[in-house]
Parts: sequence; structure tokens; C-alpha cells
Amino acid sequence: MTRVKDISDIRKDFPILNRKVYNKPLVYFDNGATTQKPQCVIDAVDEVFTTYNANIHRGVHALSDKASEEYENAREEVRSFINAGKKEEIIFTSGATGSINTVAFSFGERYIRRGDEIILSNLEHHANIVPWQMMCERKNAKLRVIPINDNGELLFDEYLKLLSPKTKLVAVAQASNALGTILPVKEIISAAHSRNIPVLVDGAQSVQHGIVDVIDLDSDFYVFSGHKIYGPTGIGVLYGKEKWLTEMPPYQGGGDMVENVTFEKTTYNVLPFKFEAGTMNFPAAIGLATALKYVTSLGRGNIRERENQLLQYATEKLSQIDGLKIYGNSDNKISIISFLLKDIHMYDTGMILDKLGVAVRTGTHCAQPVMDRFGISGTVRVSMCFYNTLEEIDILAAGIKKVKSMFA
Amino acid sequence: MTIEQVQDSIVEEFSVFDDWMDKYNLLIDYGKDLKVIDPKFKTKDFLIEGCQSKVWLHPEFENGKITFTADSDAIITRGIVALLIRVLSDRTPEEIISADLYFIDKIGLRQNLSPTRSNGLLSMVRQMKLYAMAYQAKSKL
Repeated sequence: MTRVKDISDIRKDFPILNRKVYNKPLVYFDNGATTQKPQCVIDAVDEVFTTYNANIHRGVHALSDKASEEYENAREEVRSFINAGKKEEIIFTSGATGSINTVAFSFGERYIRRGDEIILSNLEHHANIVPWQMMCERKNAKLRVIPINDNGELLFDEYLKLLSPKTKLVAVAQASNALGTILPVKEIISAAHSRNIPVLVDGAQSVQHGIVDVIDLDSDFYVFSGHKIYGPTGIGVLYGKEKWLTEMPPYQGGGDMVENVTFEKTTYNVLPFKFEAGTMNFPAAIGLATALKYVTSLGRGNIRERENQLLQYATEKLSQIDGLKIYGNSDNKISIISFLLKDIHMYDTGMILDKLGVAVRTGTHCAQPVMDRFGISGTVRVSMCFYNTLEEIDILAAGIKKVKSMFA
Repeated sequence: MTIEQVQDSIVEEFSVFDDWMDKYNLLIDYGKDLKVIDPKFKTKDFLIEGCQSKVWLHPEFENGKITFTADSDAIITRGIVALLIRVLSDRTPEEIISADLYFIDKIGLRQNLSPTRSNGLLSMVRQMKLYAMAYQAKSKL
């Protein structure tokens, strides 16, 4: 494969990957929960606080000007990264969760009436379930769920059957955080659009794997978190088509989102500021922009290729282990493997792997309905990204064998 | 043996091992030795819901003492349960309520079995003390 950088050089960009845990080299396979940060991101945030920290959009002084400019540059960087049409369509939030809550509230207030329906998939993260449930309770609306098959793939025909005049919005993940399945969002969107139904795409588990172009997708809303794409925590993105964002009421009130305030009446600021109440996490936004530049510099095609290679190798390696069952066997997956060992509790597996230096996640992965679908209480999840190596997968496989011997 | 003496001997048993893998093997062995709870008590009423592994804990009050039996679906958790039972079972409510469980820190269980929400260690201790308080209140009636 063509590589912009050799893998050893890439790993050097991430200082934390050098550390040891329990005297063993860290093998970090919990990238689905959060990714590690390259030095350039750490430096960018550091630079804000050491050289130009000041509140954005407020001051008349040099530091505020600089901070505001960098924050707006960050917005432009996000726009270009996801190939959105306009900067005004990019809202900074606290994370994908914050973005979905914003849409669930504001879209709900504006468009949802009693008896309306929202369609989700069985693969959703709780963050793309609970805000809609809360909205449905307020509005007496209903959730409809697209089922999945035993491979963890969406049943598209069932989706088509759910679409009806009652459907007001479809909200689906682009990739499942629990199983790794990549959903056919483009087809989902085009089917919805043919009935004039808008679609929200949760990109929390896909944007970092190099697969997003909102113009190409034509999604109405697209959300993701900064910390899962090598950026800082506490920052996220809500992309929304201008038409919707203009019509939707603000989510939170506060400073900066207003145009004119009197005790009688407040008029709201223009997009995107209407949805950015209070002081935004501008250092994290600037850090996120640096992370996106870093990802772009590696090349999204290269990232896809590298991660597919890791997924393929790990799938082969783990499939060879007797008694190991992989949940989620779609041909189209991000680099996530969810598994269970026969007769061994996921928690026991995770604890021992941890002591061997291998960080994985165990549990429901905030996707209980997925676990219910398979009749299990959780899985061990290995979530890989481009800085992981084949050698690390070997260490994981050896670790799993060790677990088996301990609990046999 | 007093609660302190039992804790001290547990600390000593673990101190033999430097390597965490050996400590876990010991914990697993304790788990295997745990006298299993009567299946009829493995119900929702006796379930301490931790985040990831399930623990069932059943108290029995006889002759002024509480006997605990328990089980877990995860073996490491079962080992922890076994240790807690060794320390706190067959004790008077007063002993259980006032017990200072220092062995958890001393053998490094607290840090190394963190986060506590995943194994429910603290919920187990809290539940045992709650049962003790309930029996104490009942016996004073």
C-alpha cells in the first residue's frame, strides 16, 4: 500500500503510545471510545492557552481577535473536511451527543406533532436513542426501529416498510459502535428524500475512518465528536442544512446567540451563532481543526486501507481461536471486532487483557438494544485505528489464549 | 478469628506474589472455592446490579449472626465476593456494620479492579452492611 508515512513514524506522532501499563507496552484497542491525540493537537491547544487565550466574539482587543479568528478558521476546516456547502451550516457543540440533543429538541419543537414517527435503527448508540425518546415523550410521537439480521446488518426492506406519511425524521448511525457494521446511509437517505423525509446521520464512528462527504450523502444533519477523531474532548460538530437550521428554534439561550435582548423580546443571532449559546470550547475547536488537518495529511484513503488491513488480519487471527465468537460479520465494517469467548465472562476477559497491557472495552458499549438483539449482556470490543499494528493484534491474540487457559 | 485477623491473613496470602497475573490466579482460585448460593436465591431480589457482572448475595440470620452466600457470573468478581464473604460472613450485625475493610486497599484491589462500577465491589460491601443494619434493627424490635 502507499503510505504517506511509515507506521513507526505515525506512532511517533502520538506520545501516549510510548507508555507502558503494568510494565507492559500499551496496546490501545479502545479507539471506538476515544482516540489518542497526536502531538500537533496537544501543541495547538497548548498554544491557545500560552499565547492567545481570550473570549471569542466579544473583545475588541488583539487576543480576542486572534482567538475568534482561529475559532472561525476551525469552523472552515470542519466545513471543508466534511465537504459541507457553507460555514454557517457548521455548529460547534460539546460532542455528538450534544449535537443530537440539539436536533432532537429544536427539530422536535418546530416539526413534531402528536402521532408523528421517528425512525432509528437497531444498531444505534444510546446517544441516538434517548434524545429522541425524550422528544417523543414531550410530543407524543413514536419511535420506529429498523431491525437487523444475524450478521448485524440493517434489513433495508424493513426500513422501506417503516417509511410512511407519519415519518418526520430518520436518524441512523453511519457505522455501529458496537458491531462495526457500516450502514448504507446513502441509500437510506435517498429513500427518505424520495418521500421528503429528512435524515440525521450519526457519524461518531465513521468520520475518523475517512468516510464522510455530506454533499455526496445529501444528509440533512450530520454529527460527530472531536475526541473520536484525534481531537480534544468537549467539542463536537453539528452539520445541518441551512434550510433546517434557519427554521429551527435555538436549543439553548445565552450570550452570543442573540441579536438584541430586552426583557420584552429577544431576537436571535444569525447562523451558526444562533445555536452556540455561551462561551464555546474554542481551544478544543482549534484542536479539532488541527486533528482534521492531521487526518487529511495522512490521507483518508490511506487510513481506510490501513484500517481494513488491520481488520482483516485481526478477524482472521481471532477467528482461529477456538470458542471465540465474533458478533457483527458484515462484509462492510469499520475496524471494530466485538466478540465473546465461550463460557468466559466478557469482564474476566477484559480484566486479564488489561493486565497484559491490552486496553479493550467490555460491556454493552452504550448500545443495549444491540446486545438484546443477540441475547447477550455485552461483548469484548476491539476497536482499532491506523496507528495500531499487526504485532499488537498478535499480542491481543496471545492474550486471549492466556485468558482461555486461566479460566478453563 | 476477628475481622482484622482474617483481613491480615488475606493481605499476607496476596503479598507472596509480585506479579498481577499471579494475584489474579489466586483470586480465580478463591472464586472457584466459593460455596455456591442456593439457586433459588439467584433472583432479582438478591441481585446487586453492577455495571458488567452480576452478583447475587443472600443473607441468613441465625443465632445472632449473619451468614452470606453469593455468586457471580464473572469469575474474577466471584473471587472478590469470596474474599468479602470470608471476612464478613458468620459475623454479628454489629461487627459487619463497624468493619473497616482495609484489605481491599492493601492488596491493591481497589485500584486494580477499578472502575468499581464495573465489578460492583463497593455496592457489594454497601449491600452487606445494609443487611446487617436491617437485622440489627429487627433484633432490637
